[in-house]
Amino acid sequence: MTAAMSVPVEAPITVVLPSVLQPLAGGQSILTAPAEKAVTVEWLLDRVTGDYPALSRRLRDETGTVRRYVNIYVNGNEIRGLQGLVTAVAPGQEVLIIQSVAGG
Amino acid sequence: MGVMATAESYVLAIGTKKGLWLATSPDRKEWSLSGPHFLMSEVPSIGIDTREGRTRIMVGVRSEHWGPTVFHSDDLGRTWTEPENGAISFPDGTDAALERIWQIYPDAESRPGVVWAGCEPISVWKSTDGGEHFELNRGLWDHPHRGEWGAGYGGAAAHSIVVDPTGEKVHVAMSTGGVYRSLDGGGSWEPRNKGISAYFMPDPNPEFGQCVHKIAADAAVDGRLYAQNHHGVYRSDDDAESWESIAEGLPADFGFVMMTHPRRAGTAWVIPLKADGERIPPDGKLAVHRTGDAGASWTRLDAGLPEPEYNAVLRDAACVDAAEPAGVYFGTRGGCVYASPDEGDHFSEVASHLPDVLCVRAAAVPAALLPDRR
Repeated sequence: MTAAMSVPVEAPITVVLPSVLQPLAGGQSILTAPAEKAVTVEWLLDRVTGDYPALSRRLRDETGTVRRYVNIYVNGNEIRGLQGLVTAVAPGQEVLIIQSVAGG
Repeated sequence: MGVMATAESYVLAIGTKKGLWLATSPDRKEWSLSGPHFLMSEVPSIGIDTREGRTRIMVGVRSEHWGPTVFHSDDLGRTWTEPENGAISFPDGTDAALERIWQIYPDAESRPGVVWAGCEPISVWKSTDGGEHFELNRGLWDHPHRGEWGAGYGGAAAHSIVVDPTGEKVHVAMSTGGVYRSLDGGGSWEPRNKGISAYFMPDPNPEFGQCVHKIAADAAVDGRLYAQNHHGVYRSDDDAESWESIAEGLPADFGFVMMTHPRRAGTAWVIPLKADGERIPPDGKLAVHRTGDAGASWTRLDAGLPEPEYNAVLRDAACVDAAEPAGVYFGTRGGCVYASPDEGDHFSEVASHLPDVLCVRAAAVPAALLPDRR
């Protein structure tokens, strides 16, 4: 008799950085976080920037708020139009971080 | 800071709306310019720390996208270091986020390693490790007046920090809020604005709430301070217990700048603007004004300055160095920078057509430190 086992599927979530921030992530353009289930954007940012505090500060201030001109896209939608930092990200998804058009 | 005895050159750090430029000179007349560093980030604050035989340039940098941070360089800008966890960060429980670093102030020679910072939101910070990590001054942060302090056009910030030789008397100026004094090294703070007008408030003589643009201490007279106010130029001879006007003799009492001589009593400089509603040099004629008698009289200094000039000079876009004679430096919102090697008697242009100049700081440095021209 063979026991049926449920094996969680672990698919990394990828976070794509703009080129200007890549030096703060050791030169990487993509950071990944393993995930067995949906996670929040907040969890994801904590995870992928944990080893890169300077990168973390570029994205969020001391209160944890995403900086005004930093845009984070999940499924092509900016998270401010979704559920903000508690927006869900599924295993295997790609998250884009892009600076907004700002400045003079 | 004392005058350096070794062969020296001069470095002038120019913080602008879109980056930092560094100028170097053997004589404060001919300048070589390098930059930009931190392109597209504003640099509203600079501190040059020449204590302990080291020249450290600290800069407050702020990206519109990526926020504020502090970098330092110990090799005149060849390389820059940002402390891994950030030099200035509001601690848990404050529910505040750093917006901008307005002031970086190396303390006295006798307190090596101590650097103060003034920031937006209104806060004062102190480092004891040469500006790599700062601690929030809780006495000012938790001050009961905090809720009544306001914001000037540029934001709500502590922009001036003056520490006396003992380290016990500390004066801070904020816009808006006025001058606050601590007699216990920053532990507790009281407003000290008697005599400074706040014409824009229902009560023009409040205990606090003034819009003081800049304060500076007389280097040789204990207890003497000078203030450029939002209309009004003042002097105090009693550690800010009271202030009296010294604006007579100036073409206008508005402006942002207040500088004092590094050693000589009674010597200060201002750069008047016409008025709150006309923030240009009076009649478009840019000039520095110097007093040598603590504000009893003023001398107009404009040799080498252009005419007409319709750009303002912001509060930290002017400085003096510690050399003999003292150098005077300033930059305009039109991106021109001027230097005088003789206390303002003659100016020459260091740079032109830069972005808006927000901050300049200058120091004599050992000639051997100068970078190759880039």
